[in-house]
Amino acid sequence: MSDIFGIMAEYKTPHDIYEACGEFRDAGYSCSSKWDTYTPFPVHGLDKQMGIGRSHVPWIVLAGGITGFTTGALLTWYMNGFDYPLVVGGKPYWSMIYPFPVMYELTILFSAFGAFFGQFLTNFLPQHYHSAFNNEGFKRHSDDAYFILIEATHPLYDEAKTRALLEKTGAYNITLVNK
Amino acid sequence: MSHVAEDTLPERPAVLAKVKPLTTLPRRPLVLHNRDFHWITNKICGIVEDPAPTWWWVCFVVSLGIASFLGVGLLWLVSTGVGVWGLRTPEFWGWDIVNFVWWIGIGHAGTLISAVLCLLRQKWRTAINRASEAMTIFAVMCAGVFPLFHVGRVWFAWWLFPIPNSQSTWPNFRSPLEWDVFAVSTYFTVSVLFWYMGMVPDLGTLRDRAVKTWRKYFYGVLAMGWRGSTRHWRNYEMAYLILAGLSTPLVLSVHTIVSFDFAASLLPGWHTTIFPPYFVAGAIFSGFGMVLTLVLPLRAMYKLHDLITQYHIDCMCKIILATGSMVGYAYAMEFFIAWYSGNIYEGFTFINRAFGQYAWAYWIMISCNVISPQFFWFRKVRENTALVFIIVLFVNVGMWFERFVIIVTSLANDFLPSSWGYFSPSIVDIFTFFGTMGFFSTLFLLFIRFLPMLPIGEIKHVTPPADPHYHPEAQTGGHS
Repeated sequence: MSDIFGIMAEYKTPHDIYEACGEFRDAGYSCSSKWDTYTPFPVHGLDKQMGIGRSHVPWIVLAGGITGFTTGALLTWYMNGFDYPLVVGGKPYWSMIYPFPVMYELTILFSAFGAFFGQFLTNFLPQHYHSAFNNEGFKRHSDDAYFILIEATHPLYDEAKTRALLEKTGAYNITLVNK
Repeated sequence: MSHVAEDTLPERPAVLAKVKPLTTLPRRPLVLHNRDFHWITNKICGIVEDPAPTWWWVCFVVSLGIASFLGVGLLWLVSTGVGVWGLRTPEFWGWDIVNFVWWIGIGHAGTLISAVLCLLRQKWRTAINRASEAMTIFAVMCAGVFPLFHVGRVWFAWWLFPIPNSQSTWPNFRSPLEWDVFAVSTYFTVSVLFWYMGMVPDLGTLRDRAVKTWRKYFYGVLAMGWRGSTRHWRNYEMAYLILAGLSTPLVLSVHTIVSFDFAASLLPGWHTTIFPPYFVAGAIFSGFGMVLTLVLPLRAMYKLHDLITQYHIDCMCKIILATGSMVGYAYAMEFFIAWYSGNIYEGFTFINRAFGQYAWAYWIMISCNVISPQFFWFRKVRENTALVFIIVLFVNVGMWFERFVIIVTSLANDFLPSSWGYFSPSIVDIFTFFGTMGFFSTLFLLFIRFLPMLPIGEIKHVTPPADPHYHPEAQTGGHS
């Protein structure tokens, strides 16, 4: 039993998996994150159907943007206004205006870092080993198959009951996946 | 119709019930012949998995040969000095800056397709966005070569960046050239991140299909263990949307800042407020020209007609028409302002552009940029692939000449007639520019060989069966 990672099954269409996830959610499965679906493209509304909340990536982007803007302001102030002040046309050593393009670009750059690394961070990627791949048929998840996986550590996991619910929702190729 | 007798009107509902007019007009399909998901996967992965076709090897070897000119040109320059470029009083910006602006402008279409059209929910972007993003990255690399080597002592190019050096000086952030350093390097970095992130799920597809060990490792490492989890897609889509939202102001700022290199100077013909929007429109115009130049041959060679459809070509032609007209308007407005401002230097510059020693370049520019895209008003032209290809080649040429006209005419005849001159490129100029084309083609050919040229997941996503509320039997059809 301890070798079992979870129970995996396949659905035929995005519509089937969408409806099935609704049934699993109603059966109380969204109480834990120990179940997941795998699709070749984002099926719209499937995350809501599974009862998953909103992504946290925007907060990381916001943090990146603030960091970028501050970096741009401090960088230009330190270099042109403090450490090596230059008199150009009698204008102030530093103002918010002239180095604005630099702050603007750094805001975008650091926000983009936030989005890019935030996505990998929140998804715990890269993760090159995952038990789902122990199911040989799972390779088709990136082609045209729609998988559901309920992990053995899920509080509602019960091999017989979960299998029955999978069958009821029209799943096929129901298999146990090793760790 | 207004003379229809009153008594005939009550019959209309019955007629309507019989003919059943569509309540919504059908959209043109993005994937023809109702191809299924597996077909899409096979078609796109096949490009990478099948042995390289003979034409690919021929193109690759020729491109490498052309790219070697870049190496020779740069070696010649570095070992001798910037003087070997045709730069002399009063022309200190010549082909190098023309090429820089031309290449960086080409890059803009990639970001426009991937970011702006994503925000505008233009689903047709999916078939062409990957190749266009790759084009952006390689075009920016080619662009970067020119200012980098124009600095003269290229081994000191790092002084452009705010890195402490032995002289304890810092870059001057008042200079638009310094803004350019930040704009272009940010643009390159963000484009690479966007391109790579978009590719991760498709790299996963290639990994899952890999048979050879090296492929398993190569795509396995690049795919970062992507497994198409809904929990992942949620973060991924959010990050993708945000990157699109960030790239939009970025792409507008990059060519705006490039135009500041000119607009912030005091030279007649450069010192104008119209430059930022004019440059951005021109950049998109030239970029779409290059996208079509690349995509049309690939579509023919790999038989991608079901994925890159006539609808896609139509859309791109219309954008070229719109931006080409904007560019034409900007040319006219520059002339008008030159006269309306009452500034004699400004007035002279523009008369000189059209009728002076560089009139030949000016009229090439006008014919290629203003006249040639007007043919896209006609559906017959847009549907004739060969003609589209020829017109976009003209667009590419015309946009190069636009930058040549702007840079060279203003510099050659400046305020001081005693220093007027006529700019001619040197053989090193020609070698270097020719070489960047080979460098670009080499990178692009490697890209189509090893990476998914079309976004597999995104194309599937825009087909009707990807919608969870799709019912095959409820499909009205109407398009094959």
